[in-house]
Amino acid sequence: MSTITLRHNRIELALHELRPATDDCHPLLLLHGLGERTPDTVPTDVESWSGSIWGLDFTGHGKSTIPVGGGYSAEILLGDVDAAINHLGTVTLIGRGLGGYIALLAAGARADAVHGAIITDGPGLTGGTYESSVPLVARLMNQGETPDPYALHELSRDVRAADYALDFVQFSTARSELSEPINVAAKYQPAWLEAVAAAPGVASLPIGDALNLYR
Amino acid sequence: MCVRCPPLRTLRRLRPSLTLVNSPRTFPGAVTPHRHYRVDADGVGIAVNEWGNENDPVLALVHGGADFSRTFDVFAPLLAAAGWRVVAWDHRGHGDSDHTHLYSFEADLRDAVRVLDTVAPHRPIAVVGHSKGGAIMTSLAEAQPFRFRSFVNLDGIPYRRPGPDLPEYQRADAMNTEITAWLEHRRRTATGSRKPGTIEELARRRAQMNPRLSTEWLEYLVTVGAREDADGWRWKLDPSMRMGGFGPWRPEFGLFRLSGLGVPFLGVLVGADEPMGWGTKPHQVEKWIPRHGRLEYFEDIGHFIHIEQPQMVADMALEFLGDPS
Repeated sequence: MSTITLRHNRIELALHELRPATDDCHPLLLLHGLGERTPDTVPTDVESWSGSIWGLDFTGHGKSTIPVGGGYSAEILLGDVDAAINHLGTVTLIGRGLGGYIALLAAGARADAVHGAIITDGPGLTGGTYESSVPLVARLMNQGETPDPYALHELSRDVRAADYALDFVQFSTARSELSEPINVAAKYQPAWLEAVAAAPGVASLPIGDALNLYR
Repeated sequence: MCVRCPPLRTLRRLRPSLTLVNSPRTFPGAVTPHRHYRVDADGVGIAVNEWGNENDPVLALVHGGADFSRTFDVFAPLLAAAGWRVVAWDHRGHGDSDHTHLYSFEADLRDAVRVLDTVAPHRPIAVVGHSKGGAIMTSLAEAQPFRFRSFVNLDGIPYRRPGPDLPEYQRADAMNTEITAWLEHRRRTATGSRKPGTIEELARRRAQMNPRLSTEWLEYLVTVGAREDADGWRWKLDPSMRMGGFGPWRPEFGLFRLSGLGVPFLGVLVGADEPMGWGTKPHQVEKWIPRHGRLEYFEDIGHFIHIEQPQMVADMALEFLGDPS
Protein backbone atom coordinates (compact mmCIF):
# COMPACT_ATOMS: atom_id res chain seq x y z
CA MET A 1 0.00 0.00 0.00
CA SER A 2 1.36 3.44 -0.92
CA THR A 3 0.09 6.71 0.50
CA ILE A 4 -0.04 10.24 -0.80
CA THR A 5 -1.03 13.40 1.08
CA LEU A 6 -3.77 15.70 -0.16
CA ARG A 7 -4.64 19.13 1.13
CA HIS A 8 -8.18 20.13 2.15
CA ASN A 9 -7.95 23.63 3.55
CA ARG A 10 -5.66 23.17 6.60
CA ILE A 11 -6.21 19.42 6.79
CA GLU A 12 -3.71 16.93 5.38
CA LEU A 13 -5.55 13.87 4.11
CA ALA A 14 -4.04 10.43 3.63
CA LEU A 15 -5.07 8.81 0.35
CA HIS A 16 -3.91 5.18 0.14
CA GLU A 17 -3.52 3.16 -3.03
CA LEU A 18 -4.44 -0.41 -2.08
CA ARG A 19 -3.93 -1.92 -5.51
CA PRO A 20 -2.96 -0.57 -8.95
CA ALA A 21 -5.21 -1.02 -11.97
CA THR A 22 -5.07 -4.15 -14.11
CA ASP A 23 -6.86 -2.49 -17.04
CA ASP A 24 -8.08 0.97 -18.04
CA CYS A 25 -11.12 0.96 -15.75
CA HIS A 26 -11.47 4.07 -13.60
CA PRO A 27 -10.51 3.98 -9.88
CA LEU A 28 -12.65 2.68 -7.03
CA LEU A 29 -12.46 4.83 -3.89
CA LEU A 30 -13.27 3.24 -0.51
CA LEU A 31 -14.77 5.49 2.18
CA HIS A 32 -14.55 4.03 5.67
CA GLY A 33 -17.13 4.17 8.45
CA LEU A 34 -17.16 6.41 11.51
CA GLY A 35 -14.16 5.66 13.72
CA GLU A 36 -12.55 3.41 11.10
CA ARG A 37 -9.66 3.91 8.71
CA THR A 38 -8.71 2.67 5.28
CA PRO A 39 -8.02 -1.10 5.48
CA ASP A 40 -4.48 -2.35 4.83
CA THR A 41 -5.61 -4.73 2.10
CA VAL A 42 -8.35 -4.86 -0.54
CA PRO A 43 -11.63 -6.02 1.05
CA THR A 44 -12.87 -9.29 -0.41
CA ASP A 45 -16.17 -7.84 -1.62
CA VAL A 46 -14.41 -5.40 -4.01
CA GLU A 47 -11.62 -7.72 -5.19
CA SER A 48 -13.29 -8.06 -8.59
CA TRP A 49 -12.67 -4.36 -9.41
CA SER A 50 -10.13 -4.12 -12.24
CA GLY A 51 -9.28 -0.42 -11.91
CA SER A 52 -7.02 0.89 -9.19
CA ILE A 53 -8.42 0.70 -5.65
CA TRP A 54 -7.90 3.58 -3.24
CA GLY A 55 -8.98 4.43 0.29
CA LEU A 56 -9.29 7.88 1.87
CA ASP A 57 -8.81 8.53 5.59
CA PHE A 58 -11.35 11.17 6.54
CA THR A 59 -10.36 14.21 8.63
CA GLY A 60 -9.54 13.05 12.17
CA HIS A 61 -9.24 9.42 11.09
CA GLY A 62 -6.38 7.09 10.17
CA LYS A 63 -3.32 9.04 9.09
CA SER A 64 -5.13 12.30 8.32
CA THR A 65 -4.83 15.46 10.43
CA ILE A 66 -6.54 15.67 13.81
CA PRO A 67 -8.20 19.13 13.88
CA VAL A 68 -7.82 21.32 16.96
CA GLY A 69 -11.04 21.51 18.97
CA GLY A 70 -13.43 19.57 16.72
CA GLY A 71 -16.09 21.18 14.54
CA TYR A 72 -16.93 18.22 12.28
CA SER A 73 -19.81 17.91 9.84
CA ALA A 74 -20.67 15.55 7.01
CA GLU A 75 -20.17 18.47 4.63
CA ILE A 76 -16.53 18.81 5.71
CA LEU A 77 -16.01 15.14 4.86
CA LEU A 78 -17.65 15.83 1.49
CA GLY A 79 -14.84 18.36 0.99
CA ASP A 80 -12.36 15.58 1.87
CA VAL A 81 -13.79 13.38 -0.88
CA ASP A 82 -13.75 16.28 -3.30
CA ALA A 83 -10.01 16.65 -2.69
CA ALA A 84 -9.60 12.97 -3.59
CA ILE A 85 -11.75 13.37 -6.72
CA ASN A 86 -9.66 16.37 -7.70
CA HIS A 87 -6.62 14.09 -7.58
CA LEU A 88 -8.05 10.86 -9.03
CA GLY A 89 -10.55 12.16 -11.59
CA THR A 90 -13.66 10.06 -12.27
CA VAL A 91 -14.22 7.46 -9.54
CA THR A 92 -16.75 4.96 -8.31
CA LEU A 93 -17.37 5.31 -4.59
CA ILE A 94 -18.19 2.60 -2.08
CA GLY A 95 -18.77 3.68 1.50
CA ARG A 96 -19.32 1.94 4.82
CA GLY A 97 -21.81 3.57 7.18
CA LEU A 98 -20.84 7.25 7.47
CA GLY A 99 -18.71 6.77 4.35
CA GLY A 100 -21.83 5.59 2.50
CA TYR A 101 -23.66 8.79 3.43
CA ILE A 102 -20.68 10.86 2.30
CA ALA A 103 -20.58 8.86 -0.95
CA LEU A 104 -24.19 9.90 -1.58
CA LEU A 105 -23.34 13.58 -0.94
CA ALA A 106 -20.37 13.36 -3.31
CA ALA A 107 -22.42 11.61 -5.99
CA GLY A 108 -24.85 14.54 -5.92
CA ALA A 109 -22.29 17.32 -5.55
CA ARG A 110 -19.87 16.01 -8.20
CA ALA A 111 -22.25 14.05 -10.43
CA ASP A 112 -19.94 14.43 -13.43
CA ALA A 113 -17.00 12.84 -11.61
CA VAL A 114 -18.72 10.13 -9.54
CA HIS A 115 -19.54 7.09 -11.68
CA GLY A 116 -21.78 5.38 -9.18
CA ALA A 117 -21.94 5.41 -5.37
CA ILE A 118 -22.56 2.28 -3.30
CA ILE A 119 -23.87 2.64 0.24
CA THR A 120 -23.16 -0.29 2.56
CA ASP A 121 -23.67 -1.07 6.25
CA GLY A 122 -21.15 0.32 8.71
CA PRO A 123 -20.57 2.63 11.70
CA GLY A 124 -22.15 6.06 11.55
CA LEU A 125 -24.85 5.13 9.03
CA THR A 126 -27.72 6.32 11.20
CA GLY A 127 -26.42 9.71 12.38
CA GLY A 128 -28.57 12.05 14.41
CA THR A 129 -32.05 13.45 14.01
CA TYR A 130 -33.43 16.94 14.49
CA GLU A 131 -35.00 15.71 17.71
CA SER A 132 -31.64 14.52 19.05
CA SER A 133 -29.71 17.61 17.99
CA VAL A 134 -29.72 19.45 21.35
CA PRO A 135 -26.04 20.36 21.80
CA LEU A 136 -24.34 18.35 24.52
CA VAL A 137 -21.42 20.80 24.79
CA ALA A 138 -19.23 17.89 25.76
CA ARG A 139 -15.56 18.50 26.47
CA LEU A 140 -13.46 15.62 25.20
CA MET A 141 -9.82 14.74 25.66
CA ASN A 142 -7.78 14.27 22.54
CA GLN A 143 -4.68 12.19 23.17
CA GLY A 144 -3.26 12.94 19.75
CA GLU A 145 -4.42 9.66 18.26
CA THR A 146 -7.01 8.88 15.62
CA PRO A 147 -9.90 8.53 15.55
CA ASP A 148 -10.44 11.96 17.07
CA PRO A 149 -13.02 11.71 19.89
CA TYR A 150 -14.66 14.88 18.57
CA ALA A 151 -15.18 13.11 15.24
CA LEU A 152 -16.84 10.18 17.00
CA HIS A 153 -19.01 12.51 19.07
CA GLU A 154 -20.05 15.05 16.46
CA LEU A 155 -20.42 12.81 13.42
CA SER A 156 -22.49 10.25 15.32
CA ARG A 157 -25.00 13.05 16.04
CA ASP A 158 -24.74 14.93 12.73
CA VAL A 159 -28.30 15.18 11.40
CA ARG A 160 -29.30 12.80 8.58
CA ALA A 161 -32.50 14.14 7.07
CA ALA A 162 -34.44 12.33 4.36
CA ASP A 163 -35.34 15.49 2.41
CA TYR A 164 -31.72 16.64 2.40
CA ALA A 165 -30.47 13.20 1.29
CA LEU A 166 -33.07 13.14 -1.49
CA ASP A 167 -31.75 16.48 -2.80
CA PHE A 168 -28.43 14.76 -3.45
CA VAL A 169 -30.15 11.80 -5.12
CA GLN A 170 -31.87 14.29 -7.40
CA PHE A 171 -28.64 16.14 -8.20
CA SER A 172 -26.97 12.83 -9.05
CA THR A 173 -29.73 11.34 -11.19
CA ALA A 174 -30.25 14.62 -13.07
CA ARG A 175 -26.63 14.88 -14.21
CA SER A 176 -25.13 11.41 -14.17
CA GLU A 177 -24.74 9.41 -17.37
CA LEU A 178 -25.91 6.36 -15.40
CA SER A 179 -29.61 5.57 -15.10
CA GLU A 180 -29.11 4.40 -11.51
CA PRO A 181 -26.07 6.24 -10.13
CA ILE A 182 -26.83 5.42 -6.48
CA ASN A 183 -26.93 1.87 -5.11
CA VAL A 184 -28.12 0.97 -1.63
CA ALA A 185 -26.51 -2.32 -0.56
CA ALA A 186 -27.03 -1.77 3.18
CA LYS A 187 -29.18 -4.31 5.02
CA TYR A 188 -30.07 -1.82 7.75
CA GLN A 189 -31.78 1.29 6.44
CA PRO A 190 -32.46 4.18 8.80
CA ALA A 191 -35.24 6.57 7.76
CA TRP A 192 -33.06 8.74 5.50
CA LEU A 193 -31.66 5.70 3.70
CA GLU A 194 -35.06 4.07 3.35
CA ALA A 195 -36.20 7.22 1.54
CA VAL A 196 -33.11 7.17 -0.68
CA ALA A 197 -33.58 3.47 -1.53
CA ALA A 198 -37.17 4.15 -2.63
CA ALA A 199 -36.26 7.09 -4.88
CA PRO A 200 -36.16 6.89 -8.69
CA GLY A 201 -32.65 6.31 -10.00
CA VAL A 202 -31.53 4.30 -6.97
CA ALA A 203 -30.69 0.61 -7.31
CA SER A 204 -30.59 -1.98 -4.52
CA LEU A 205 -28.13 -4.53 -5.88
CA PRO A 206 -25.64 -6.64 -3.94
CA ILE A 207 -22.14 -5.10 -3.88
CA GLY A 208 -20.72 -7.33 -6.60
CA ASP A 209 -23.55 -6.59 -9.01
CA ALA A 210 -23.34 -2.87 -8.28
CA LEU A 211 -19.60 -2.88 -9.05
CA ASN A 212 -20.35 -4.56 -12.38
CA LEU A 213 -22.97 -1.89 -13.09
CA TYR A 214 -20.50 0.95 -12.45
CA ARG A 215 -17.43 -0.62 -14.08
CA MET B 1 3.62 10.29 3.55
CA CYS B 2 1.04 11.95 5.72
CA VAL B 3 2.17 14.41 8.37
CA ARG B 4 -0.14 14.59 11.34
CA CYS B 5 -0.28 18.08 12.83
CA PRO B 6 0.75 18.17 16.51
CA PRO B 7 -1.82 20.37 18.27
CA LEU B 8 0.64 22.80 19.88
CA ARG B 9 2.60 23.46 16.73
CA THR B 10 -0.61 23.79 14.79
CA LEU B 11 -1.94 26.32 17.27
CA ARG B 12 1.04 28.59 16.81
CA ARG B 13 0.97 28.25 13.06
CA LEU B 14 -2.70 29.08 12.82
CA ARG B 15 -2.77 32.00 15.22
CA PRO B 16 -3.26 35.27 13.31
CA SER B 17 -0.70 37.95 13.86
CA LEU B 18 -1.76 40.25 16.67
CA THR B 19 -0.83 43.64 15.30
CA LEU B 20 -0.90 46.39 17.88
CA VAL B 21 -2.83 49.09 16.13
CA ASN B 22 -2.40 52.70 16.99
CA SER B 23 -5.96 53.37 15.85
CA PRO B 24 -6.05 56.09 13.21
CA ARG B 25 -9.81 56.50 13.65
CA THR B 26 -12.05 57.35 16.57
CA PHE B 27 -15.80 57.15 16.95
CA PRO B 28 -18.05 59.05 19.37
CA GLY B 29 -18.74 56.92 22.43
CA ALA B 30 -16.37 54.11 21.44
CA VAL B 31 -14.30 52.80 24.34
CA THR B 32 -11.29 50.49 24.01
CA PRO B 33 -11.84 47.38 26.18
CA HIS B 34 -10.53 47.72 29.72
CA ARG B 35 -9.05 44.21 29.70
CA HIS B 36 -7.94 41.85 26.95
CA TYR B 37 -6.76 38.26 27.39
CA ARG B 38 -6.97 34.82 25.82
CA VAL B 39 -8.75 31.66 26.92
CA ASP B 40 -7.55 28.22 25.81
CA ALA B 41 -10.58 26.39 24.45
CA ASP B 42 -9.17 22.87 24.05
CA GLY B 43 -6.31 24.13 21.92
CA VAL B 44 -8.10 27.03 20.22
CA GLY B 45 -7.06 30.44 21.55
CA ILE B 46 -10.13 32.62 22.13
CA ALA B 47 -9.58 36.37 22.46
CA VAL B 48 -11.66 37.98 25.21
CA ASN B 49 -12.40 41.67 25.74
CA GLU B 50 -13.94 43.15 28.86
CA TRP B 51 -15.47 46.49 29.80
CA GLY B 52 -16.36 47.61 33.30
CA ASN B 53 -15.33 46.84 36.85
CA GLU B 54 -13.79 43.39 37.25
CA ASN B 55 -15.73 42.81 40.47
CA ASP B 56 -19.15 43.55 38.98
CA PRO B 57 -21.57 40.75 38.01
CA VAL B 58 -20.80 39.23 34.61
CA LEU B 59 -22.80 40.02 31.50
CA ALA B 60 -21.78 37.98 28.46
CA LEU B 61 -22.11 39.86 25.16
CA VAL B 62 -22.02 37.52 22.16
CA HIS B 63 -21.41 38.72 18.59
CA GLY B 64 -22.87 37.39 15.36
CA GLY B 65 -21.39 35.74 12.27
CA ALA B 66 -18.56 37.63 10.52
CA ASP B 67 -18.52 40.14 13.39
CA PHE B 68 -16.09 40.41 16.32
CA SER B 69 -16.20 41.62 19.90
CA ARG B 70 -14.89 45.11 19.13
CA THR B 71 -18.14 45.79 17.25
CA PHE B 72 -19.43 46.35 20.82
CA ASP B 73 -17.07 49.28 21.45
CA VAL B 74 -20.01 51.68 21.84
CA PHE B 75 -22.73 49.34 23.14
CA ALA B 76 -20.66 47.48 25.78
CA PRO B 77 -19.56 50.58 27.74
CA LEU B 78 -23.21 51.62 28.12
CA LEU B 79 -23.96 48.28 29.82
CA ALA B 80 -20.77 48.45 31.88
CA ALA B 81 -21.66 51.91 33.14
CA ALA B 82 -24.77 50.41 34.76
CA GLY B 83 -22.68 48.09 36.93
CA TRP B 84 -22.00 45.05 34.73
CA ARG B 85 -18.67 43.40 33.97
CA VAL B 86 -19.23 43.01 30.24
CA VAL B 87 -17.39 40.03 28.73
CA ALA B 88 -17.25 39.59 24.97
CA TRP B 89 -15.09 37.19 22.97
CA ASP B 90 -14.18 36.67 19.35
CA HIS B 91 -15.57 33.39 17.99
CA ARG B 92 -12.97 31.03 16.58
CA GLY B 93 -11.79 32.32 13.20
CA HIS B 94 -13.07 35.83 14.01
CA GLY B 95 -11.25 38.91 15.33
CA ASP B 96 -8.14 38.04 17.35
CA SER B 97 -9.12 34.43 18.08
CA ASP B 98 -7.24 31.58 16.43
CA HIS B 99 -7.97 30.47 12.93
CA THR B 100 -8.46 26.75 13.21
CA HIS B 101 -9.14 23.67 11.09
CA LEU B 102 -12.91 23.39 11.42
CA TYR B 103 -15.83 25.65 12.31
CA SER B 104 -19.29 24.68 13.50
CA PHE B 105 -22.15 25.90 15.62
CA GLU B 106 -21.41 23.23 18.22
CA ALA B 107 -17.71 24.13 18.32
CA ASP B 108 -18.69 27.77 18.94
CA LEU B 109 -20.84 26.57 21.83
CA ARG B 110 -17.94 24.66 23.37
CA ASP B 111 -15.68 27.70 23.04
CA ALA B 112 -18.34 29.85 24.72
CA VAL B 113 -18.52 27.43 27.63
CA ARG B 114 -14.75 27.58 28.09
CA VAL B 115 -14.96 31.39 28.34
CA LEU B 116 -17.90 31.25 30.75
CA ASP B 117 -16.09 28.64 32.88
CA THR B 118 -13.21 31.11 33.13
CA VAL B 119 -15.13 34.27 34.01
CA ALA B 120 -18.10 32.87 35.92
CA PRO B 121 -17.59 29.24 36.97
CA HIS B 122 -20.77 27.73 38.39
CA ARG B 123 -22.51 31.10 38.51
CA PRO B 124 -25.58 32.10 36.47
CA ILE B 125 -24.94 35.22 34.42
CA ALA B 126 -26.78 37.72 32.25
CA VAL B 127 -26.41 37.12 28.52
CA VAL B 128 -27.01 39.39 25.53
CA GLY B 129 -26.53 37.76 22.12
CA HIS B 130 -26.83 39.34 18.69
CA SER B 131 -27.78 37.46 15.50
CA LYS B 132 -25.87 34.15 15.35
CA GLY B 133 -24.64 34.95 18.87
CA GLY B 134 -28.27 35.03 19.98
CA ALA B 135 -28.97 31.72 18.27
CA ILE B 136 -25.90 30.09 19.83
CA MET B 137 -26.85 31.26 23.29
CA THR B 138 -30.43 30.10 22.79
CA SER B 139 -29.04 26.61 22.24
CA LEU B 140 -26.83 26.95 25.31
CA ALA B 141 -29.78 28.14 27.41
CA GLU B 142 -31.54 24.92 26.45
CA ALA B 143 -28.53 22.65 26.93
CA GLN B 144 -27.15 24.29 30.10
CA PRO B 145 -29.81 26.53 31.67
CA PHE B 146 -27.94 26.70 34.97
CA ARG B 147 -25.50 29.15 33.38
CA PHE B 148 -28.20 31.77 32.73
CA ARG B 149 -29.66 34.42 34.97
CA SER B 150 -31.47 36.22 32.14
CA PHE B 151 -31.15 36.35 28.37
CA VAL B 152 -31.62 39.07 25.74
CA ASN B 153 -31.67 37.88 22.12
CA LEU B 154 -31.09 40.70 19.59
CA ASP B 155 -32.47 39.68 16.19
CA GLY B 156 -31.10 36.17 16.58
CA ILE B 157 -34.31 34.15 16.19
CA PRO B 158 -34.13 32.50 12.77
CA TYR B 159 -37.43 31.47 11.23
CA ARG B 160 -36.32 30.33 7.81
CA ARG B 161 -33.23 30.44 5.66
CA PRO B 162 -32.39 33.91 4.34
CA GLY B 163 -32.91 34.42 0.63
CA PRO B 164 -35.83 34.60 -1.74
CA ASP B 165 -38.69 32.11 -1.80
CA LEU B 166 -38.14 29.96 -4.88
CA PRO B 167 -40.17 27.27 -6.62
CA GLU B 168 -38.88 23.75 -5.98
CA TYR B 169 -36.87 23.32 -9.19
CA GLN B 170 -35.16 26.68 -8.68
CA ARG B 171 -34.46 25.91 -5.01
CA ALA B 172 -32.70 22.69 -6.00
CA ASP B 173 -30.70 24.50 -8.69
CA ALA B 174 -29.70 27.21 -6.24
CA MET B 175 -28.59 24.61 -3.69
CA ASN B 176 -26.60 22.71 -6.29
CA THR B 177 -24.90 25.94 -7.37
CA GLU B 178 -24.09 26.78 -3.76
CA ILE B 179 -22.58 23.33 -3.14
CA THR B 180 -20.38 23.62 -6.23
CA ALA B 181 -19.25 27.11 -5.22
CA TRP B 182 -18.46 25.90 -1.70
CA LEU B 183 -16.41 22.96 -2.96
CA GLU B 184 -14.49 25.21 -5.36
CA HIS B 185 -13.83 27.58 -2.45
CA ARG B 186 -12.52 24.67 -0.35
CA ARG B 187 -10.13 23.72 -3.16
CA ARG B 188 -8.64 27.22 -3.16
CA THR B 189 -8.69 28.19 0.45
CA ALA B 190 -5.59 26.33 1.72
CA THR B 191 -3.48 29.17 0.37
CA GLY B 192 -6.07 31.95 0.42
CA SER B 193 -5.85 35.28 2.21
CA ARG B 194 -8.17 38.25 2.56
CA LYS B 195 -7.90 40.97 -0.05
CA PRO B 196 -5.85 43.94 1.17
CA GLY B 197 -7.00 47.53 0.86
CA THR B 198 -7.11 50.93 2.44
CA ILE B 199 -9.28 51.69 5.44
CA GLU B 200 -11.78 53.30 3.10
CA GLU B 201 -11.84 50.29 0.76
CA LEU B 202 -12.42 47.79 3.56
CA ALA B 203 -15.17 50.00 4.96
CA ARG B 204 -16.86 50.12 1.54
CA ARG B 205 -16.71 46.32 1.28
CA ARG B 206 -18.24 45.92 4.72
CA ALA B 207 -20.97 48.39 3.82
CA GLN B 208 -22.39 45.71 1.52
CA MET B 209 -23.18 43.66 4.65
CA ASN B 210 -23.89 46.70 6.84
CA PRO B 211 -25.68 49.13 4.46
CA ARG B 212 -27.40 51.07 7.26
CA LEU B 213 -24.24 51.83 9.24
CA SER B 214 -22.29 55.06 8.78
CA THR B 215 -19.01 55.29 6.90
CA GLU B 216 -17.45 56.83 9.99
CA TRP B 217 -18.38 53.72 12.04
CA LEU B 218 -17.28 51.25 9.37
CA GLU B 219 -13.92 52.98 8.99
CA TYR B 220 -13.51 52.86 12.77
CA LEU B 221 -14.31 49.12 12.66
CA VAL B 222 -11.51 48.56 10.15
CA THR B 223 -8.99 49.95 12.63
CA VAL B 224 -10.13 47.63 15.43
CA GLY B 225 -11.15 44.56 13.39
CA ALA B 226 -8.57 44.42 10.60
CA ARG B 227 -4.80 44.22 10.68
CA GLU B 228 -2.40 46.43 8.78
CA ASP B 229 0.10 44.52 6.64
CA ALA B 230 2.77 45.95 4.37
CA ASP B 231 0.38 45.85 1.39
CA GLY B 232 -2.66 47.22 3.20
CA TRP B 233 -5.40 46.38 5.70
CA ARG B 234 -7.05 42.94 5.85
CA TRP B 235 -10.08 41.82 7.81
CA LYS B 236 -8.97 39.24 10.38
CA LEU B 237 -11.82 36.85 9.61
CA ASP B 238 -10.40 33.46 8.53
CA PRO B 239 -10.36 33.46 4.71
CA SER B 240 -11.56 29.85 4.71
CA MET B 241 -14.92 31.08 6.04
CA ARG B 242 -17.50 32.29 3.55
CA MET B 243 -21.08 33.48 3.59
CA GLY B 244 -23.85 31.10 2.60
CA GLY B 245 -23.49 27.37 3.01
CA PHE B 246 -25.71 24.34 3.00
CA GLY B 247 -26.59 21.42 5.21
CA PRO B 248 -29.49 19.56 6.76
CA TRP B 249 -29.90 22.21 9.45
CA ARG B 250 -33.26 23.99 9.45
CA PRO B 251 -33.38 27.41 11.14
CA GLU B 252 -36.90 26.89 12.36
CA PHE B 253 -36.01 23.76 14.26
CA GLY B 254 -34.26 25.64 17.07
CA LEU B 255 -37.26 27.93 17.16
CA PHE B 256 -39.58 25.10 18.13
CA ARG B 257 -37.56 24.53 21.27
CA LEU B 258 -37.42 28.20 22.24
CA SER B 259 -40.71 27.81 24.07
CA GLY B 260 -39.06 25.47 26.56
CA LEU B 261 -36.54 27.99 27.89
CA GLY B 262 -36.90 28.58 31.60
CA VAL B 263 -34.70 31.67 31.93
CA PRO B 264 -36.15 35.21 31.76
CA PHE B 265 -36.15 35.96 28.03
CA LEU B 266 -36.35 39.14 25.97
CA GLY B 267 -36.45 38.73 22.20
CA VAL B 268 -35.88 41.72 19.91
CA LEU B 269 -36.82 41.74 16.22
CA VAL B 270 -36.40 44.43 13.57
CA GLY B 271 -38.32 45.43 10.45
CA ALA B 272 -35.70 46.81 8.06
CA ASP B 273 -34.38 44.09 5.75
CA GLU B 274 -30.62 43.70 5.54
CA PRO B 275 -28.27 41.13 3.93
CA MET B 276 -27.09 39.86 7.32
CA GLY B 277 -30.54 39.72 8.95
CA TRP B 278 -32.86 36.75 9.30
CA GLY B 279 -35.91 38.78 8.32
CA THR B 280 -37.96 37.20 11.11
CA LYS B 281 -41.26 38.91 11.86
CA PRO B 282 -43.14 38.76 15.19
CA HIS B 283 -46.16 36.86 13.87
CA GLN B 284 -43.85 34.06 12.70
CA VAL B 285 -42.32 33.40 16.11
CA GLU B 286 -44.49 34.86 18.86
CA LYS B 287 -46.17 31.57 19.66
CA TRP B 288 -42.73 30.05 20.41
CA ILE B 289 -41.66 32.76 22.85
CA PRO B 290 -41.27 31.27 26.37
CA ARG B 291 -44.34 31.62 28.58
CA HIS B 292 -42.85 34.37 30.71
CA GLY B 293 -40.77 35.85 27.91
CA ARG B 294 -41.17 39.12 26.06
CA LEU B 295 -40.89 40.06 22.39
CA GLU B 296 -40.14 43.59 21.17
CA TYR B 297 -40.31 44.71 17.53
CA PHE B 298 -38.78 47.81 15.90
CA GLU B 299 -40.17 48.39 12.42
CA ASP B 300 -37.71 51.02 11.18
CA ILE B 301 -34.44 49.68 12.57
CA GLY B 302 -32.05 47.19 10.95
CA HIS B 303 -30.29 44.00 12.02
CA PHE B 304 -27.48 45.84 13.81
CA ILE B 305 -29.91 47.51 16.16
CA HIS B 306 -27.36 47.81 18.98
CA ILE B 307 -25.10 49.81 16.65
CA GLU B 308 -27.85 51.92 15.09
CA GLN B 309 -29.49 52.74 18.43
CA PRO B 310 -27.00 51.81 21.16
CA GLN B 311 -28.48 53.94 23.94
CA MET B 312 -32.07 52.82 23.30
CA VAL B 313 -31.10 49.13 23.16
CA ALA B 314 -28.88 49.44 26.23
CA ASP B 315 -31.70 51.10 28.17
CA MET B 316 -34.13 48.36 27.12
CA ALA B 317 -31.70 45.57 28.02
CA LEU B 318 -30.75 47.15 31.34
CA GLU B 319 -34.39 47.59 32.30
CA PHE B 320 -35.05 43.93 31.48
CA LEU B 321 -31.92 42.59 33.19
CA GLY B 322 -32.59 44.56 36.37
CA ASP B 323 -30.17 45.49 39.13
CA PRO B 324 -26.80 43.79 38.47
CA SER B 325 -26.28 43.05 42.14
